[in-house]
Amino acid sequence: MTSDARPKLAVYKFASCDGCQLALLNLENELLSLVGAVEIAYFLEASSAVVPGPYDVALVEGSVTTSEDVERIRAIRKDAKYLITIGACATTGGIQALRNWKDVDEFIRYVYATPAYIHTLKTSTPISQHVAVDYELNGCPINKFQALEVLTALLQGHTPHLPAHSVCMECKRRGTVCITVAQGIACLGPVTHTGCGAICPAYNRGCYGCFGPMEEPNADALATYLVTIGVPQRHVVQLLRGFTGYADAFRAASEKLERTAP
Amino acid sequence: MNQNAESSGALPLRTVKVDYLSRVEGEGGLYVRAEGNQVREVKLNIFEPPRFFEAFLRGRYLQEVPDITARICGICPVAYQMSSVHALEAALGVKINPAIRTLRRLLYCGEWIESHALHIYLLQLPDFLGYDSAIAMAADYPKEVELALRLKKIGNDLLDVLGGRATHPVSVCVGGFYKAPRRKDLQKLIPDLEWGLEASIATVRLVAGLKFPDFTPDYEFVSVAHPAEYPMNEYRIVSSRGVDVAPADFESAFLEEHVEHSTALHSRRAGTTTSYFVGPLARVNLNREKLMPRAKEAALACGITWPSRNPFQGVVARAIEMVHAYEEALAIINAYEEPAKSREDFKLRAGEGSAATEAPRGVLYHRYRINDQGLVEFAKIVPPTAQNYARMEDDLRQYLPGVLDRTEPEIARACENLVRNYDPCISCSTHFLKLKLDRE
Repeated sequence: MTSDARPKLAVYKFASCDGCQLALLNLENELLSLVGAVEIAYFLEASSAVVPGPYDVALVEGSVTTSEDVERIRAIRKDAKYLITIGACATTGGIQALRNWKDVDEFIRYVYATPAYIHTLKTSTPISQHVAVDYELNGCPINKFQALEVLTALLQGHTPHLPAHSVCMECKRRGTVCITVAQGIACLGPVTHTGCGAICPAYNRGCYGCFGPMEEPNADALATYLVTIGVPQRHVVQLLRGFTGYADAFRAASEKLERTAP
Repeated sequence: MNQNAESSGALPLRTVKVDYLSRVEGEGGLYVRAEGNQVREVKLNIFEPPRFFEAFLRGRYLQEVPDITARICGICPVAYQMSSVHALEAALGVKINPAIRTLRRLLYCGEWIESHALHIYLLQLPDFLGYDSAIAMAADYPKEVELALRLKKIGNDLLDVLGGRATHPVSVCVGGFYKAPRRKDLQKLIPDLEWGLEASIATVRLVAGLKFPDFTPDYEFVSVAHPAEYPMNEYRIVSSRGVDVAPADFESAFLEEHVEHSTALHSRRAGTTTSYFVGPLARVNLNREKLMPRAKEAALACGITWPSRNPFQGVVARAIEMVHAYEEALAIINAYEEPAKSREDFKLRAGEGSAATEAPRGVLYHRYRINDQGLVEFAKIVPPTAQNYARMEDDLRQYLPGVLDRTEPEIARACENLVRNYDPCISCSTHFLKLKLDRE
C-alpha cells in the first residue's frame, strides 16, 4: 500500500481492440484533472508503473475468450471494490462473439497454419457472465464523457446519470429526418441504447446497434417491420448480429428471424 | 564467452522476462535466453487472444466490412476502413472520384495526427526522458504533456467532423462516404490546424535533440509509394532492396508464417525469408522527396541524415509525418468544395481485390473475394505490426549483446524501449509483450 489517499484506478484488457481504453486517453481536456483525482494504479497501455491492489475501481475492457481469462477476471473481481465494464466487448461479447454461432475449430483452421498452437474457448462472452459487475458502460467504442460521468459519480458517491432512451429518440431531439421512413434504410435506432449521439442517421446511414439493446426493446417487431419494407431477411439477421449481436435481445431476435422462412 | 558453459551447465541460468509490455497497444511479453554475452533465443510472446476476423467476415455483406475491420484496432480504425474499401472497390471495379480520394487522405491525416501524437508523447517520450508514463512525466514537463494532448485532440476533432466520432468513425463506405463534411465545419478547424502545424515542427526539433543509442541494423525498408504524393492510400509497394509490386502481387513478395509462441502471424520476404521494416521510418526513408514543403524542410533542418537506419530515430520520422499530416490537412481544407456526390454507385459482381494503405504503423494489406451477392467469400488481412515482429526479434538479437552486462530490470527496460520504436499494436496483429531472460 502507498500513502497516496486518492482512490486507486485499474484498467484491464481482455479480447478487444483497445478502443475503449483509448477513449480514456482521448479525454484530452480532462485527463490531467482526472489523474489528479485518482491514482492510476494499473493501466498498461498508458504506464509501466504498477501499484499493487486492492483497487477502488477496476475498468474492464474486452470479452472472455480463453480459460486463462476466466481465472483472471475472477482475480480482478476479488481485488476491486467496484468493477465497471467498458464497451460492447465487455458488456455483450463484442464482434468476436460471432464465433458463438459457428464452429470455432473451423475458425482456427481458417486463420492459423498450425491450429495446435492456438488455445481459445468456443465462445466470446461478456464479463457479467463470469463475475458480478457493478456498472456497465455500453458502446463500440464507449462515449468518453459517459466514462467521465461514471468515474466522477463514483468519486463523489452518487449514482451515475446516464440516459436510457433509444437512438431513435436521440434523432428526434437532434432533428434528423428518419432514414428508415424517408429512405427505406434499415436502422436499429428504435431498439438501440442511446449514448453515441445518434451519429449514424445524421451521417445518412442506419444505426448498427453498437451501444447494444436499450431497456425492454421490441427487436422482433423492428425486425419484422424491416423485412416488410423490403430489407432482405439475411441483411436484417446480420444487422442484429453485429458489435452487440450476442446481447440477449438482439440474439433472440436474430435467431427467431433466422428460423422464419424468408 | 565461455565455450564450456552450455555443455557443463557451470554458469547459472539467467532469464530476463518482461511479463507484460506496457505502453503498447494490446498484450504481449518478451522472452530472452542468454549464455554469457551470447543471445541464444529471443521470442516476442504474443498472447493477445485471437478474435478470428478473417473467419467471421465470410458471409458478411461487403458494405459491413469497413465497419467490422475497424474493430481490429481502436488506435487506427481508419487504416482498416481504408484498406478494406480500396480492396473491395478493386474487386467491384469501382473508380472513386478525385474529391472522395482527397477526403480519404484528409481522414487519414486525422488518424496519423492522433496516433502519432499519442505514440510520440504518451507512449515513447517517457522512455527517452526516463519516466514510467506521460502522467508521471507531466509533473516535470507539464507544458510538453499539455501540448501533446492538444496535438492529439486536434487529430481527433478532424476525425470527429469527417466521421462522427474519433474512434470507429461511421462515415466510410465502399464507394466513398455516407456523407461528405460541410465546408463550414472543416473551416472551423483551421486555427487549430495552423497551431498544430507549428507545434509539430517544434516537436520535430524536440525529438531530434534526444539522445539515440548507436544502433543501425541493415534493414530492408518497405512502404507504399505513389509517383506524385506521400504514401497513404494507394499505388505500389516498394522496398529499399528493389521490391516494386502492385497490391495484387503483395503476397508474391511477402509471406506470413505461424510460430508457436505467438497468436500473431509473422511476415517475411518471400525467397530470402528475411525480416523487413514497415512504418514511419520506412516511409520517410523511401518517400521523403514527396513530403509537404514544411515537413521536408523540418526533415532537412533537424540534423538527422536521411535515410536513417537507427530505429530509435523512428520517433523523429513520426514527428516529421505529423508535420506533413497537419500541413496536408490544411491544404485540403483550404481548397475544399463540397462534392456533388459523396459516393460512387456500383453494381454487385463477383470478384477479387487487394489493397495496401499506410496505417500509422506501416503497410496494411487486405485481400477479399466476394460473390455476385456482395457477400465475402475470402478475407486476408496483414497488419503492419505482424510485418514488423520478425524484424523486432532480429533487432533484439543484435541489440541485446550490448546491454547484457546491465542489471535485469535495466535490460528489460532497454528491450522494451527498442520494441516501442515500432509502436507495436498487438490488438491489430493478433493474430504481443512479456520479457523473460534466461541466462545460462
